Amino acid sequence: MPKTPDAQRLLQVEEVRMAYGADGKGPLVLDGVDVAIDEGEIVSLLGRSGCGKSSLLRIIAGLLKPTNGRALWQGVPVNGPNPGVSMVFQSFALFPWLTVDENVELGLEAHRVPAAECAKRASEAIDLIGLGGFESAYPKELSGGMRQRVGFARALVVHPDLLLMDEPFSALDVLTAETMRTDIIDLWIEGRLPIRSILMVTHNIEEAVLMSDRILILSSNPGRIIAEIKITLPHPRNRDDPRFRQQVDDIYGRMTARAPGDKAGERGGGGFPGIGVGMSLPDVSTNELAGLMETLSAYPNGRADLPALAEELNFEVDDLFPIAETLQLLRFAELAEGDIQLTPAGRRFADADLEERKQVFAEHLIAYVPLAALIKRVLDERPNHRARAARFSEELEDFMSEDYAEETLKAVVAWCRFAELFVYDEAEQTFSLEAA
Amino acid sequence: MRAPVLRRAYPSLRAPFNIWDFAALALILGVFIVVSHGAHETFAPLKSLAHTPISLDPWRLPEYALRTSLRMIAGMIASLVFTFGYATLAAKSRHAEMVLIPLLDILQSVPVLAFLSITLVWLMGLAPGSVLGAEFASIFTVFTAQAWNMTFSFYQSLKTIPKDLDEVAAAFGLTPWQKFWRLEAPYGAPALIWNMMMSMAGGWFFVTASEAFTVGATNINLPGVGAYIAAANDKQDYAAILWAVATMAATILIFDQLVFRPLVAWAEKFHVELTASSDPPTSWVLDLMRRTRLMARVGRPIGAALRWVASYRPAVALPRAPSLTGAAGRTFDAIWFAVVLILVGFAGKEIVGFVSRELNWREVGHVVLLGFYTLIRVAVLIALASLIWTPVGVWIGLRPKIAERVQPVAQFLAAFPVNLLYGVVVSVIIAGGLNANVFLSPLMILGTQWYILFNVIAGAAAFPTDLKQAAESFGVKGWLWWRTVIGPGILPYFVTGALTASGGAWNAAIVSEVVSWGPHHLRAAGLGAYIADASTAGDVPRVVLGVAVMSAFVVALNRSVWKPLYALAERKYRFD
Repeated sequence: MPKTPDAQRLLQVEEVRMAYGADGKGPLVLDGVDVAIDEGEIVSLLGRSGCGKSSLLRIIAGLLKPTNGRALWQGVPVNGPNPGVSMVFQSFALFPWLTVDENVELGLEAHRVPAAECAKRASEAIDLIGLGGFESAYPKELSGGMRQRVGFARALVVHPDLLLMDEPFSALDVLTAETMRTDIIDLWIEGRLPIRSILMVTHNIEEAVLMSDRILILSSNPGRIIAEIKITLPHPRNRDDPRFRQQVDDIYGRMTARAPGDKAGERGGGGFPGIGVGMSLPDVSTNELAGLMETLSAYPNGRADLPALAEELNFEVDDLFPIAETLQLLRFAELAEGDIQLTPAGRRFADADLEERKQVFAEHLIAYVPLAALIKRVLDERPNHRARAARFSEELEDFMSEDYAEETLKAVVAWCRFAELFVYDEAEQTFSLEAA
Repeated sequence: MRAPVLRRAYPSLRAPFNIWDFAALALILGVFIVVSHGAHETFAPLKSLAHTPISLDPWRLPEYALRTSLRMIAGMIASLVFTFGYATLAAKSRHAEMVLIPLLDILQSVPVLAFLSITLVWLMGLAPGSVLGAEFASIFTVFTAQAWNMTFSFYQSLKTIPKDLDEVAAAFGLTPWQKFWRLEAPYGAPALIWNMMMSMAGGWFFVTASEAFTVGATNINLPGVGAYIAAANDKQDYAAILWAVATMAATILIFDQLVFRPLVAWAEKFHVELTASSDPPTSWVLDLMRRTRLMARVGRPIGAALRWVASYRPAVALPRAPSLTGAAGRTFDAIWFAVVLILVGFAGKEIVGFVSRELNWREVGHVVLLGFYTLIRVAVLIALASLIWTPVGVWIGLRPKIAERVQPVAQFLAAFPVNLLYGVVVSVIIAGGLNANVFLSPLMILGTQWYILFNVIAGAAAFPTDLKQAAESFGVKGWLWWRTVIGPGILPYFVTGALTASGGAWNAAIVSEVVSWGPHHLRAAGLGAYIADASTAGDVPRVVLGVAVMSAFVVALNRSVWKPLYALAERKYRFD
């Protein structure tokens, strides 16, 4: 269903700001987000985990109320569940005790659509989406791909104007996901989907380029729209087309580009939100860090193109970026313009034996991870060289939500254990110096 | 079979006790006092009901079993209705939750028969002079034995509904009523049905006790298996006892096969994990019902009707409850706290007035001492039962073929009313000239020790095969194996079983510290005997005192021993 010049404006998101916590005083998730969706287009929201893209989708669906700003549906402010949209979930979110048929009819039955029409529309949606013959099956009897088809049928049967898709393919295996993307695009091009537009949330760059007319790139922590890219390649799009590759590389570059004035030295090195002790860190294992450094050291100059690297390692952006950025934080690598390059320290780590690796890692932890340095200093200063974990998690919670504080502390504990900086007793929840 | 673990659910409170516990305790005691006091004034001269003589003719037993079963079913229906209302309210309203959950926790520590002792006169007064009042009282006892753990289980299910399913319900515009039947009730069903089964097992014991029960001048004597057992005990009729045993066995078996197996097998589809369980529970009754054409024909219109009711939608959209934030929210909080405070204050005043009027502090001290006697019994018995049943349970659990057969037997034994054994125990004690203080004690644990056994069996059966084989290949044996391999593996299950057994033992103290067999009356010094005596004498103040002390013991024990142990086991020794 191609877009016409006099397309109607379906959705307008204005100046949306979203903060967690009571009274909206917690960490900021979305900040000053404007989005407009017109009739007849597929738009992708592309961003990394923690950029608030799922929250934005839920604000549009009317499941979440923004702290500030508003969403307008066909000119009317959204207040409560938005009847003009329906949603496909990453986890499928099927009711295991309902058959395919009953799951699909859920939205109709809720509004007491007469049984005959209910059955007719459900069977149309089921046939359209390729589920014919599975009507009486329960979700647990179906493969992941078939389950997500039920998710699609359930969303389509209510004939929404806008179909919202929350990472609909990311829980599927590579082959199944590709088949489903193609099927959806084919149905869309042929104008057989009973909808007017699609808004998809994804962290998969290639998926966004493959499917969308327009891509909105969101930054992380807080989520802001940092770029809007129109994709004009004709369908069906070919991943090996040089223009396709060019688009993908371009987006990688934009997603790794630093904001102006955000030099490595000034912002603690990583792309992580927060400064000093209050930096929110991802739970990346030391094996992953070491593995990436070893892989990079095999590249000429220790420099690699991120899309190529992701493909080689069979990683998605969400898997690769946190590792790369942690290396950057620890000054073992540099990220720029869609490339990653090992620093001399990173090369030294890659070539060293285990003992030396631990030593180098410990030095860099103390120098560049303020939380690790803080814990070490507190333990050194106290006469009994012990400290409760709560002492640090409470301090972290001044800067970030409880979940992030927990993840950050967990990451630092794992790194420091590897570096043998101190020991952590899980049962007692205390840190101590090994010597004690 | 999916390893079933009976969970006694606890609200996640950080400190072992908080202000709400005390508020809840005060409220419950206050209500008890008001009810018993009011009943005394209004219905004091209530004459005891004309006795329906209980015949010891075994041919009457089917009829008695039917009447007992009907009381069980009525109690179960009441418990279900209560569960849906109470748990839903607690899960949906933060304000209600603050009061209702501690209240429920205290309620489940109050001995079941105490509810009967305290409310009997009042309940009989609801329908004076007719059998109906006694029926109310008996059904109420069943209800108090069944409702609390069902409610906890459903509340916990409601609190753990997956967020995405919740969002689907909202996104597709389900009303709260539709959401309840489409999402909340099905999601809670497996745990609820499992708890119903457990409740039912516990219920048999109390329904039989409540059919022949005396509080002062008021007594219940309802035709039923329980009254039959009581009459047989009175007349020292061993043959009748054996007939009663057979009847109970048959009744429990019929319920299991016709009601609970089909329910459990049917509820399998409500499990949320999207992988099909490799060995789902089956039921021949359910299979039969599914295959029969007649059942399908009858069932379809019923199903359609139920579906129609479940999808009821008011013609006009009801206004949504406003979510109070900021100043309005704080004002509402303040009003709410004030209301609770006034109620607690009123209950407190009643308690203080009551205690100073009817009792003295020396008596309270004495009752606490009796509590310690019973505590010693419970502790020793739980330890003994653990020493015996843990190795047995492990041995059985590691052999799936045997476990499959023993598991239902253990559950069956847990349902067995203890008063069936009065005759044997009393005869042995009298014949051997034994000390009743010691040798009556095993009665307390007779019914509840099986919880330890079948939980340990479940734990050993669920122990991962690869770990078992790893231990074997490294030659881990003997004490080392118990300490490092199987011990930690079954700990969560064992704690669950021991916790339930301990709660059950306190409950059973009331009927096992005072025992009668014909003209012989034996008693052991303890809190259970104190409550039983006070109850028989119709001395409500002393019943309330005994109940308060027992509840306090149980709650303190749960919070200081079982809950930390359970938390430790959950955190450290769970495989999933």
